[in-house]
Amino acid sequence: MNSDFDPQHSQSAEPASAPAAATSSGAHTQNRRNFLFKLSIAINAAIGLLIATPVIRFLLGPLRPKGAYDSWIALGKVTDYQPGTTILAMFRNPVTNPWDGETGNVACYVRRQSDGSFTIFAVNCAHLGCPVRWFPQSQLFLCPCHGGAYYADGSRAAGPPERGLFTYASRINGDTLMIQAGQLPNLANQARLKTPGGCPGRSSANNTDIHFVKEIAPCIKTPNAGTNEPTIG
Amino acid sequence: MHQDSKRWYERTYDWIESRVQVADFVRDSAAHPVPSKTASWWYVFGSASFVLLILQIVTGILLATIYVPSAGEAWNSLQVLNHQLPLGWFLRAMHGWGSNFMVAVVLVHMIQVFLFGAYKFPRELTWLLGVCLLLMTLGMAFSGQILRFDQDAYWGLGIGASITSRIPFIGNEAVHLMLGGPIIAGATLSRFFALHVFVLPATMLAFAGLHVWLVLKLGINEWPTPGRLVRRETYLKEYHELTHRDGIPFVPQAVWKDAMFAAAIIFAVAFCAAVFGPFGPTGTPDPTITQTAPRPDFFFLWIYSALAFLPPSVETPLIFIAPVIGIGVLVALPFVAGVGEKSWYRRPVGVLTLIVIAVGLATLTHLGTYAPWSPHMNAWTADEIPDRFVHAATPLERQGALIFKMKQCHNCHALGGLGGQRGPALDRVAVRLTEDQIIRQVIQGGGNMPAYGAALSPPEVTALVAFLDTLHPPNQRPATDASRSIAETDKPAPKEPVENTKP
Repeated sequence: MNSDFDPQHSQSAEPASAPAAATSSGAHTQNRRNFLFKLSIAINAAIGLLIATPVIRFLLGPLRPKGAYDSWIALGKVTDYQPGTTILAMFRNPVTNPWDGETGNVACYVRRQSDGSFTIFAVNCAHLGCPVRWFPQSQLFLCPCHGGAYYADGSRAAGPPERGLFTYASRINGDTLMIQAGQLPNLANQARLKTPGGCPGRSSANNTDIHFVKEIAPCIKTPNAGTNEPTIG
Repeated sequence: MHQDSKRWYERTYDWIESRVQVADFVRDSAAHPVPSKTASWWYVFGSASFVLLILQIVTGILLATIYVPSAGEAWNSLQVLNHQLPLGWFLRAMHGWGSNFMVAVVLVHMIQVFLFGAYKFPRELTWLLGVCLLLMTLGMAFSGQILRFDQDAYWGLGIGASITSRIPFIGNEAVHLMLGGPIIAGATLSRFFALHVFVLPATMLAFAGLHVWLVLKLGINEWPTPGRLVRRETYLKEYHELTHRDGIPFVPQAVWKDAMFAAAIIFAVAFCAAVFGPFGPTGTPDPTITQTAPRPDFFFLWIYSALAFLPPSVETPLIFIAPVIGIGVLVALPFVAGVGEKSWYRRPVGVLTLIVIAVGLATLTHLGTYAPWSPHMNAWTADEIPDRFVHAATPLERQGALIFKMKQCHNCHALGGLGGQRGPALDRVAVRLTEDQIIRQVIQGGGNMPAYGAALSPPEVTALVAFLDTLHPPNQRPATDASRSIAETDKPAPKEPVENTKP
């Protein structure tokens, strides 16, 4: 251990030959070094760009082509759902990781009309995605966050949502109810009039097929909002 | 001095110092002169923010020794911290309360800097770094709330995704990038973990270091004096004269207040942690449990409130434009108002703006604590109808009171102060509305109330309206339709004009 170590001294001793660079051969060396310095920066920039490309591709990993996350999922037997009821159903998201735990589950409301047809609602409020709760007594979906309310057929009843509940496309395979799901329903992937039938109530016409709305047409206003299902006796 | 006369630790110090050579710099920095009036209790919030940042890093590292950033295990690891490890709950509480204190102290620091005109020339960059640090502090608070990975965290992410989805054209892609996949799941937690534990703290440390460096290089803002204007040409010279004429060394003459306040803040964090305990976690992050009412943490309640009040037509534009304007104003401030008067006595517009913003945020936050716009989802089974509303009721009216409960009317309408506040309280509804108007309102809804025509049978409507018609003060009669009483009297209207009946 020597405490009289003096780096200033050793520094000042070092560059004794530096001022000698004023000669013509020294200028040449300096130019060469300046060039090499710039070259080293350019090479590093190129390598950086080269590495950035896979990094950016990695970061954009979650992006998939439209609909690539969606697939048809069995939601149980048709007979599991009584006509005239709306119940909370659960399925495992088709794309999950083993460590997702219960967050890999997705809930949805299955409404079976009296005529046997199905409408499958997302639990996510169309306003900001909070979980709406179904109240069979008053035949309403209520959102706990900002007070959005929807009728039994999913149409908007009150509150801040601008539209009805999001729906999943559904079909019946033999005796199995299938829905098309796979991503968090939100305004960006649900607002494009892609829902079965497009208008509330119209989806029940033919539940074995999905209708894609070809043109934007206003939904026919039903005179009596809410459900026609009897709730008393 | 001969080497042997030094103790072993002095020799060690010399050995290290001769190599790193920071002693002079530290000594100069510590003893640099500051204007004597800045040795004030008003100047302690910046250092307190930094101390809280360090506290958060230390407690955060300790929590990270246990926490499992996996969607399937995070919640369980918090339970272990809370209930099984000795004083795990206390560390969680320190980190949680430290976060709240940090946001609060950073805000107070910002208010002080604004009121004292400290953002003006030549400290514009210091202010800009401060704005970045504020945003990152809020980012830490939000991502920390997500790492708690309970129901509030899960649905908070849902709200974040919902807002993101409103970005025009690339909404869905932005959602997938934010969530790390198609749904809120393991990948979502992992990326917010990376953000909360690596990206943001490292950036904050770097920014805070630069922030402090600028304070050292440019000097602490002098105490503003009305009439002493900031001019780019003369300010640096004036400040230099001030610190040398009327300056005191920062250490120890000014720093002791910073140190005292830092100690008080850390004690306050520990006190709150010990008395009030950790935050959550609330229920498990199970999206199939819809029996939940998600709420954001305290410092985001104002956003939650604002989103309840925005009219749907302007909601999406405002969500994206307002933050840009807000941050833009903060960034532009030192360039628009970089010179001139520093004293709050001579800056009425600035002070009034600050007051309006503070009152606005406080009001929205206060509203957010009880959320009058949200239905009380359990009121129909949990809240009672106070006895005075039913004790003299007829059987039909009591049946109506039951309908009121069974049809979840109570979730949105309060009676006797119990129940939801989404709709108007019904304590005196019979005074406001006639029987016919009540029937119409119940069946057709309107005014932000759903129509109950399809969910109520005619006898139920009759009973419900009979009950609602009893809701008036004893000294005030229920509202009636004057034409109704005429219609109900047996006398038929005269068939001929009155004047013709005269003899």
